[in-house]
Amino acid sequence: MIDINESVMQFLLAFLVVGPLLGAAAALLPAPPGLKGKSPEQAVLRHGVTVTGAVLVAAIVLALGFDHDQPSKMQATTDISWIPALDVRIHLGTDGISLPLLVLTALLTFLSALHAYFKPPAGPSPKAFVALLLVLEAGTLATFAVLDLVLFFLAFETVLIPMYFLIARWGGEGRAEAAWRFILYTLLGSVVMLLGLLLIGIEAGTFDMVALATDNGRSLTTSVQVIAVLAIGVGLAVKTPMWPLHSWLPDAHTAAPTVGSVLLAGVLLKMGTYGFVRILLPAAPDGFRTFAPYLAAFAVVGIIYGSLACLALARRGAKGDLKRLIAYSSVGHMGFVLLGIATMTPTGVNGALFANIAHGLITGLLFFLVGGLKERTGSTDLDALARETGAALYGRAPRLGGLLAFGAVASLGLPGLAGFWGEMLALFGAFDPAEGLSRPAFLTFMAIGAFGTLLTAAYLLVVVRRVCMGAVPQDAPELTDVRGYEFAAWTPLVVLTVVAGLWPRALLGLTDPAVQQLLAGGTR
Amino acid sequence: MSSLVQSVDWLAVAPPTIAAVVGLVVLVADLFVGETRKPLLGWLSVAGLAAATLMLLPLLDADRSTFCLVGDTGVCSYTADRFTLVIQFLVLGGALLAALLSVTALKDAGKRLPEGEYWFLFLSSAAGAALLPASRDLATLIVALEVTSLPAFALVGLRQGDRRSSEAALKFFLSSVTATAVSLMGVSFLYAATGTLHLTRIAERIQGVDGQLHTLAQTGVVLTLVGFAFKTAAVPFHFWVPETYVGAPLPIAAYLSVIGKAVGFSGLILVTVVALPSYADVWGPALAVLAALTMTVGNVGALRQQATRAHSAVRLLAWSSVGQAGYLLVPIAAAAHSDDPEKSIGSTLAYALMYGAVNLGAFAVAALVGRAHRLNRVADYRGLYASSPLTALLMGFFLLCLAGLPPGVIGLFAKVTVFSAAVDAGLGWLAVVMAVNVVIALVYYLQWTALLFRAPEGEPVEHRLPAPLTAALALTGVLGIALSGAPQLVLRFTDTGLF
Repeated sequence: MIDINESVMQFLLAFLVVGPLLGAAAALLPAPPGLKGKSPEQAVLRHGVTVTGAVLVAAIVLALGFDHDQPSKMQATTDISWIPALDVRIHLGTDGISLPLLVLTALLTFLSALHAYFKPPAGPSPKAFVALLLVLEAGTLATFAVLDLVLFFLAFETVLIPMYFLIARWGGEGRAEAAWRFILYTLLGSVVMLLGLLLIGIEAGTFDMVALATDNGRSLTTSVQVIAVLAIGVGLAVKTPMWPLHSWLPDAHTAAPTVGSVLLAGVLLKMGTYGFVRILLPAAPDGFRTFAPYLAAFAVVGIIYGSLACLALARRGAKGDLKRLIAYSSVGHMGFVLLGIATMTPTGVNGALFANIAHGLITGLLFFLVGGLKERTGSTDLDALARETGAALYGRAPRLGGLLAFGAVASLGLPGLAGFWGEMLALFGAFDPAEGLSRPAFLTFMAIGAFGTLLTAAYLLVVVRRVCMGAVPQDAPELTDVRGYEFAAWTPLVVLTVVAGLWPRALLGLTDPAVQQLLAGGTR
Repeated sequence: MSSLVQSVDWLAVAPPTIAAVVGLVVLVADLFVGETRKPLLGWLSVAGLAAATLMLLPLLDADRSTFCLVGDTGVCSYTADRFTLVIQFLVLGGALLAALLSVTALKDAGKRLPEGEYWFLFLSSAAGAALLPASRDLATLIVALEVTSLPAFALVGLRQGDRRSSEAALKFFLSSVTATAVSLMGVSFLYAATGTLHLTRIAERIQGVDGQLHTLAQTGVVLTLVGFAFKTAAVPFHFWVPETYVGAPLPIAAYLSVIGKAVGFSGLILVTVVALPSYADVWGPALAVLAALTMTVGNVGALRQQATRAHSAVRLLAWSSVGQAGYLLVPIAAAAHSDDPEKSIGSTLAYALMYGAVNLGAFAVAALVGRAHRLNRVADYRGLYASSPLTALLMGFFLLCLAGLPPGVIGLFAKVTVFSAAVDAGLGWLAVVMAVNVVIALVYYLQWTALLFRAPEGEPVEHRLPAPLTAALALTGVLGIALSGAPQLVLRFTDTGLF
């Protein structure tokens, strides 16, 4: 949109990765004179807002400077040799697939830092909190920005330790166990993934994603591709998470602090699906074709399973936890994303990428809202909240209730909001899957997935009814409505959800050319 | 007629020689130095080890050989090639760090540890360890192995009036001597079969061994390996490790965990890859199984340690070192199946250098905490961040390097090279076993790391940092962080010729 010098673009992308790391190191040091603030705690939280803000600005400028006429071309590329012995290069770059994810990550992290500034998380010193948050941001942004398999793995692993500590130190009930489960599952997945990445790298003779995508699997035999896709796929599926490898997710979300849940659902899960699109689809298409029907089958099972689990949690008397419910709904939503990818068609993959972003925005918003609700009422237990008639948020805190209802209907895929397009395109993709995939099977998957959208609508409406509606009891304690800083943190998500819903071209225009090229044989 | 006396290249043999000579000087000087001046002996030894390490520099330009056969100058007993220099650097540098830890330990122990003897034994052992990677005939190899081990037994049992110390020494001694006897027998079989002790000649002649002697040669291969497997603490020769580490003075445990292993695996590499490449189908699978067992037993053992048990910190490091030994064996096993064995061996070297730096760093922190908490339990590390933030951050970094997770980038890449050696050689099952082990190991490393940053129970204990410990911590910390930024520094050994 605006013309920015190529070397400035390179710097911006490198800054996205390195900036938060430097900020994390600086957060551990004592504040310099003049920036001491009211207290050391306040100073370090402000530092977090400043750094994530700078990163967000860099991401936005990067998006503005991005050549929107050629979204399939890798832009802002840097390519430096790092470890010649392993043939590892610091290869950064962004195209229409990764750019939206970079902006989403920078945005959600900034909003999280902003939220933490006004509402410091309960737990030990905010110093470590800010440092971990920034390392987490660096790892996530690096995952989306690197174009080298080994670096991708490095970035993928970087997020584990900070997320572990965020859950284990600032989390709620059952946090220790949840944090262990999170890190052990994902680590086991990712070391298996490493074996697959090494197999591809060694057999193809390069770790460069662009070269591998251009090669389009021609230098890999089918059996190598099958093994590699299985190994890498397991690692990515744990992260996504795909049913039945999802069992770490509900506990981690329930125990994590608000900011942790937002980032976990909003960006960390996307690392898995991004890996499917960026690595597996172009580098090992034959292997992927072998597993695509299974992936699609697991995906639709996940959709149904997630919705049924949510319905069970939303029932009266089930003692369902709202955070847990949103976590299970994530399993369902990510099922749509996986279904879209499994179709191996441009339509399906575009839908998957769209649903990725939409889920990040909507679920991020929902976790913020539930966090706010918990802060006000002290509980996220649906039964405790709703009591006999319902929690009556519309009456007691109309704005909060309204936002929650908005989040819920966006999540169920109401046309006109962001959640709609991704899931519809994923189902469209399944209607006409790529050549070599069994059409009847995918038609079945499409039908089951469509039924899943109905179940999704059902449980979200139940939640809205039980939380937002109901008669206001006489003795009910006062509830503060949405505060100023909460508006600041939530409005961007609401606005983007509406914009993406009304103007999907903004996003699809970016991803579509890149996806077309990726499926046809690599990026330039 | 040419001279029958072999010419000696003194520059090439300088590193082990300096260590040995300084050891003798210290032993003699001990007789003449007054009680108050005893700490000087320690600093003299540290200086000697530093000088020995520096003497590696002039050897970098080209491979040198000495003690060659008079008739055939291509066959030598001592070679300073790239492989030798890397291991010598690891051994001497590791000994230097362990010596820094010893200076403080000796000062704290007062009369209970005799300084002169300690340093003499320490330097002798280091000299033997530095000789071993350079030796290219089986006799020198066994002599070097014994020069390394015998003083080590004495060092383990040196704490006067400590029953556990002498018991550990005896256990260590008996099991080690048995292993040596077995491998000597193996060497004699190999000699009988081939008629030579020089490794390169064995490699040539063993292919033409008479059919009748075939079984003899095979038995010889297996028996020789046993001795070195013992030194590496490979399963089932690992049982001496935990007791010995706990019984020994802490710097000696640190020394054994790095130098003892370096000696073991470099001996294994010389015997397998250099002397017996044609028997790869015998030792390859055997080492692969050994590696899988070693890492699994070591990591499960470490996982079962209770944080509140006495000496659990050292015990845990001992078990984890067994697990790490398993990873070190993987590329050696892969060398049997690979077209380019030197590339695989390079992975072992890179891993060993990383492991040496961070493991000694972890031991340095353990030495520091052990000064305030005699029992040195893992639970004593709780809240270390509150009292000494920098030390706690370093310890966390070292542990995560050992676990192989960012921010321990070098640990991650070292593991990546080991994995890639295994995948490259088609040892997929071993890679999967290792993957599971990495996850098991993460549990105890991360538990320990998390403990460092918990709120302390009661008053935080002040840890005063003595200068030698500070130096050791700074050295290992800088090494670890520098390597994390530029992993190429150690990983390049996977890319270049070694022998």
